[in-house]
Amino acid sequence: MLEIKNLKASVDGKQILKGIELTIGEGEVHAIMGPNGSGKSTLSQVLAGRENYTIDEGQIIYKGKDLTEFSVEERAGEGIFLAFQYPVAIPGVKNTTFLKAALNSVRKYRGQEELDAAQFLRLLKEKSELVELRDDLLKRYVNDGFSGGEKKRNEIMQMAVLDPSFAVLDETDSGLDIDALKIVAQGVNQLRSPQRSMLVITHYQRLLDYIVPDYVHVLAHGRIIKSGGKELARELEEKGYGWIAQYEQNENALPSV
Amino acid sequence: MSQAQIKEVDKKIAEREDIEKQLSQSYKYGFSTDIEMEEFPMGLNEDIIAMISAKKNEPQFMLDWRLKAFEYWKTMKEPTWQNVTYPKIDYQSIYYYAAPKTDKDRPKSLDEVDPELLNMYEKLGIPLHERAALAGVAVDAVFDSVSVATTYKEKLSELGIIFCSFSEAVHEHPDLIKKYLGSVVPVTDNFFATLNSAVFSDGSFVYIPKGVRCPMELSTYFRINAINTGQFERTLIIADEGSYVSYLEGCTAPQRDENQLHAAVVELVALKDAQIKYSTVQNWYPGDKNGKGGIYNFVTKRGKCAGDRSKISWTQVETGSAVTWKYPSCILQGDHSVGEFYSVAVTNNHQQADTGTKMIHIGKNTKSTIVSKGISAGKSQNTYRGLVKIMKGAQNARNYSQCDSLLMTDHCGAHTFPNMEIKNNSAQIEHEATTSKIGEDQLFYCQQRGLSSEDAVAMIVNGFCEEVFKELPMEFAVEAKKLLEVSLEGSVG
Repeated sequence: MLEIKNLKASVDGKQILKGIELTIGEGEVHAIMGPNGSGKSTLSQVLAGRENYTIDEGQIIYKGKDLTEFSVEERAGEGIFLAFQYPVAIPGVKNTTFLKAALNSVRKYRGQEELDAAQFLRLLKEKSELVELRDDLLKRYVNDGFSGGEKKRNEIMQMAVLDPSFAVLDETDSGLDIDALKIVAQGVNQLRSPQRSMLVITHYQRLLDYIVPDYVHVLAHGRIIKSGGKELARELEEKGYGWIAQYEQNENALPSV
Repeated sequence: MSQAQIKEVDKKIAEREDIEKQLSQSYKYGFSTDIEMEEFPMGLNEDIIAMISAKKNEPQFMLDWRLKAFEYWKTMKEPTWQNVTYPKIDYQSIYYYAAPKTDKDRPKSLDEVDPELLNMYEKLGIPLHERAALAGVAVDAVFDSVSVATTYKEKLSELGIIFCSFSEAVHEHPDLIKKYLGSVVPVTDNFFATLNSAVFSDGSFVYIPKGVRCPMELSTYFRINAINTGQFERTLIIADEGSYVSYLEGCTAPQRDENQLHAAVVELVALKDAQIKYSTVQNWYPGDKNGKGGIYNFVTKRGKCAGDRSKISWTQVETGSAVTWKYPSCILQGDHSVGEFYSVAVTNNHQQADTGTKMIHIGKNTKSTIVSKGISAGKSQNTYRGLVKIMKGAQNARNYSQCDSLLMTDHCGAHTFPNMEIKNNSAQIEHEATTSKIGEDQLFYCQQRGLSSEDAVAMIVNGFCEEVFKELPMEFAVEAKKLLEVSLEGSVG
């Protein structure tokens, strides 16, 4: 599904990603963990194609295509979805209006027929139940005045509607209490399928108790320094990020996967 | 001016017409033939005003009124306080009556029209046969609205509603004209309004009788003879006790006009328990990319809530003109009367807009709401200027003002001048103002969801204007949204 080879990327002239190697197979859920400033969010922005991030070196191959050749909206059409760490408010634009325009835009890109209002509302009703999103939130303006939990649930609901084949969840757990976290995780789990891969980015292991990944990677200083199964998350939680500092002592002696 | 002098002037016109008739034999399309031949001399003096009045066969009171305005205008100075700049206007080099449009001044075919303008028609989905007429091409414009207008008129007259051209009203309803003309915007009001009073060509007149709710939106589009009312338009709307009317002005298609200076006056009068809703979509030609050839739009619009519990609501979407100077205002005279102003003003390229409102609270428990949304793109300058005045006797007056500005580039400007004069301590005044640049975060968010950058901008801007758009009649709102998208295409930077 996705293959990242020696990816180096900068923002404002400063290199943040320093050679990421990552392969994600179809239907797999990978987690990336790392301390603040390790490059987690940069990776998500680079995958989505944000303009002010430059790729200095390396490749991102998605479904056999060079992803860097696609614009942000083309990537969305190709099936890339980013659940934002800080979802953006668009005052005056109703959630449903926004999502219908977005859905029809990606459907058009995918050569599918656009949905009319009735078809769309049926789909929306079904998907919003997935994350227990109240009806009135659909009618409110996009993320405007939403609580932290409502914003994150809204992101997952959008993901459900847009039906991506590769989703990046950027710190979806941040700002959530445990109940909201469970609801969001439950929504995500229902969206797991053999056709859909996910990259879950998080600072804490907590989220991974609910969204159990197939693989866990540790990111530090712009590189993946350790990879393993889901048990790696727990190990990391127990030992803390200080534990990875030992690897930084000798960059040539990176642990093998 | 004596009757003899007027006759003399008439004779001169007749002679001129004769000569011109002979000269224009080759002109065979029959498009407003009589207008083509009425070439009034350039410039402004008592004779010209008398000619205008005579041409329209006006009663003496109308001529007197015009001359009084002109007398006063001569003592006035063009205002300079507004935040716009434009080359000095020579008022003596303007034609003041149905400016003659000879074919040689007009584009002969669509090929000669500014391609940008045609591009815009295309995007707005204007039917092909209307494009030429809108662009001012010298062809016979066939409007199929004639029959529509006739049925429309019959229905209205059954209810006693008067909806006609201003000239017609002067003849048919002189008492109403005498009573209300200048009652809201006095002849001495301001430089441009006074000029308009002296030379206005035509416009619309509406009277809604007591207790009648006008069953349809009144629109100048259906008043065929409104075409070519030209640069000095005059509108008077009277809503008698307990009546209601919604009036639409303008259309979304950018209209080309050879007259660069436009100075219209609109007066609204709402009597006891009456409501007037006045919606405008203004899209005059803004000039080319460098700002050349655009319209100067200096408009005086004012409504008087004369009776208790009356309400006047202005909603405007301003996207056109090179220079706009316009402050639709409300005089809240009746107790419990309500004034509203909802505005979206868009400026792009080199456009300049200085617009806003005045809410004058005189009566007790009067209430006003101001929602102004300014969008600046390109190198344009967009100014909100408002006045909220609470007079001494206006016990418990309330005002809420909200002025938001959205910047699309780093080169444009947004300015807000909210003025308040409060002479009664019981007043409650709230004012909110924001300025924001269109967010890169918002754009990225929309694009990540699959929207193109154009669609994303349109969506964000429409969201920004939502509070105003929802005040517009529905079809008008749909058109206005489309217009905004087209006006701002490719303008993020």
